[in-house]
Amino acid sequence: MILALVFLPLLAAIVGGFGQRAIGATATKILTTGALFVSAALAWPIFIGFLSGASAAHVVPVLTWIVSGDMDVAWALRVDQLTAVMLVVITSVSALVHLYSWGYMSEDPDQPRFFAYLSLFTFAMLMLVTADNLVQMFFGWEGVGLASYLLIGFWYQKPSANAAAIKAFVVNRVGDLGFMLGIFGTFLVFGTVSIPAILAAAPDMSGSTIGFLWFRADTMTVLCLLLFVGAMGKSAQLGLHTWLPDAMEGPTPVSALIHAATMVTAGVFMVCRLSPMFEASPVALDVVRFVGAATCLFAATCGLVQTDIKRVIAYSTCSQLGYMFFAAGVGAYGAAMFHLFTHAFFKALLFLGAGSVIHAMHHEQDMRYYGGLRREIPVTFWGMMMGTLAITGVGIPAVFGNPVGFGFAGFHSKDAIIEAGWAAGQPGVWFVGVLVALLTSFYSWRLMFLTFWGTPRWAASEHIQHAVHEAHGHGGHGHNEEGHSESAHHPDPASEGAGSSPSTHGPSQQDLPAGTGGYHPHESPWPILVPLAVLSLGAIAAGFVFHGWFIEPDAGTRFWRGTIAFNEHLMHAMHEVPVGVKLSATIAMLLGLVSAWYAYLRNPGFPAQVAEQFHVLYRFLLHKWYFDELYHLVFVRPAFAIGRLFWHRGDEKTIDRFGPNGLAWVAQLGSRAAVRLQTGYLYTYAFVMLIGLTAAVTWAINR
Amino acid sequence: MIGLTHYVVVSAVLFTLGVLGIFLNRKNLIVMLMAIELILLAVNLNFVAFSAYLGDLVGQVFAMFVLTVAAGEAAIGLAILVIYFRGRGTIAVDDVNRMKG
Repeated sequence: MILALVFLPLLAAIVGGFGQRAIGATATKILTTGALFVSAALAWPIFIGFLSGASAAHVVPVLTWIVSGDMDVAWALRVDQLTAVMLVVITSVSALVHLYSWGYMSEDPDQPRFFAYLSLFTFAMLMLVTADNLVQMFFGWEGVGLASYLLIGFWYQKPSANAAAIKAFVVNRVGDLGFMLGIFGTFLVFGTVSIPAILAAAPDMSGSTIGFLWFRADTMTVLCLLLFVGAMGKSAQLGLHTWLPDAMEGPTPVSALIHAATMVTAGVFMVCRLSPMFEASPVALDVVRFVGAATCLFAATCGLVQTDIKRVIAYSTCSQLGYMFFAAGVGAYGAAMFHLFTHAFFKALLFLGAGSVIHAMHHEQDMRYYGGLRREIPVTFWGMMMGTLAITGVGIPAVFGNPVGFGFAGFHSKDAIIEAGWAAGQPGVWFVGVLVALLTSFYSWRLMFLTFWGTPRWAASEHIQHAVHEAHGHGGHGHNEEGHSESAHHPDPASEGAGSSPSTHGPSQQDLPAGTGGYHPHESPWPILVPLAVLSLGAIAAGFVFHGWFIEPDAGTRFWRGTIAFNEHLMHAMHEVPVGVKLSATIAMLLGLVSAWYAYLRNPGFPAQVAEQFHVLYRFLLHKWYFDELYHLVFVRPAFAIGRLFWHRGDEKTIDRFGPNGLAWVAQLGSRAAVRLQTGYLYTYAFVMLIGLTAAVTWAINR
Repeated sequence: MIGLTHYVVVSAVLFTLGVLGIFLNRKNLIVMLMAIELILLAVNLNFVAFSAYLGDLVGQVFAMFVLTVAAGEAAIGLAILVIYFRGRGTIAVDDVNRMKG
């Protein structure tokens, strides 16, 4: 069953990717989407089996891969609680994103390629989470990196998309170097790459040291930090985060699947998978906690001022990943996995909702040109609403005699993380968590208010003007032709299907309210709305239904059964934190909501005033803390300079000069001398013959 | 008394004249053909002289062969000359350098 689950997407990717001409575009789409729905249908029983305690962790061997001396690397699929959680997340979100892409990419000429890439990504991700050894995990790790590169650069006609794809790939290489060194070091120390064997041996290694060149360091700290660098790269943590916002150049379904729900959580998954190892190194845990909290704060502040709807959600993702890491850093791995689980649903929902808005607004992504969309696209609005309620953590805390908290998905998981921060004796981390909860609430509601409330501000958008112009330019013609003119517009999955809604070309602009520019947004087709509805369910219920298994002390211990370093005491302590701590996240959420309401609905001029007042801070945030500029100065420019040096001085002026060019020059010189001998006159040849003959005879006689 | 030495000397003089005729000749190709003829005659003279001196007829038979070949060579050479003249309008040696690299 697990074999079919993992390899169906691969099969679909291969058949769809290489055979798209043979079987056709529609067949490819049906094949890949069908494969993913089958995988999802297979994943849920596995998960439920673990929830009920009926199943036990097991390993399904597939193939022998590398056997060399002491090293024995096998292809094997490990199925345990941690994997099951990831399987459900990956296959469910992936299947819904496949379905969503039917609607979102419907105007794109390269759809089979897109679907094949999506399936390929899913397979690589499944390989990653089912890995039984670090090498296989690395295979999946690189596989998702490749798929991410291909999908970010899917619209390869756009230079910005190509640049973003390359950036993502290169930044991930930095992290992967750390991951590889971590694997090498692990093999050096433990003599095996098998994860269970490593985890079993890890506690004994605590306190030992490892020598490198002239200094000695704590073994586990070194290994964990190296592995964590890999996790930082993949999960876009502070320092290696710069690729994630740029990755929004890819199609929106890709952002939802790869850059929100699954791939970027691989780092969190890895830390949880290797949690016994991290437990053996307090220093590494400190680093994880610190980096997580820093990322959390950094990304949330950047998200406050971005105007591109997808970038806001991208920074929000980055920030939520920071939450997961600092949960892992305080030892609350269950909470980290829980937040990963719920986050996958509500963040995918937010991204797909944003995609639906973009679809409706004719590819306008700037929130400054939205407004008042609540009535125009109600289903999308309610989907986004559920996502926002989930991410901001709306719910009723378990205080004042209320035995059990109840709320949206993010309420359970994020509050658990914040409480765990306090319970672990880290008030600093707890404070950052609460502050970020406030910021999260603010930027999420800012997004909602700018997009769905207020008055329409569409007229100023070039995309909208373009769409309106396009519609009116064909005034007297029939709908069919209009549909054609829209679809000719690659890469716009145009605002509507052919002739589905005539209101774009309404007869009179004068009747319309100001600011619309004569444009009417349209609700998306059902392949887009169904995933929104399903994910909304997840965003509402995932937290309440599953929190017991993930974070409750007793049920959690029974569920995880040592798969992760589940800290029962910490989970108990979480329930005994002061009332103020329990309320803190909810209060922060309400404060964020109120301030966003004041700034963007009550007094819309307020944000501009604030930006004016603190323009240095505003610019600092708008430029994302100047990370890109700094990296450009510190890494990119020197790299280019070194490249230019080797190119001009090293290659052109040394190797080429004395190598190929030098040899060619010698040959030319020699031939110029030889040409002079060949006069073309008969007597010269005869003379040469005579000389030769004379010499030969002389030699023959005197021999 | 005219001995073998005299024949060999005359033959050597003829041969040298022929070779020089090829190298130093700047006039035309007919002169060059005649110079070749001279070289062949010098060789013939050597053959006949040594044949008589050694009492071996093989040398004279060779002389006959050389004469035959010389006749053929002259015929072909002149034919080529005629064709060449038709094509280029000149047979001056200094103009015949189409093989120059």
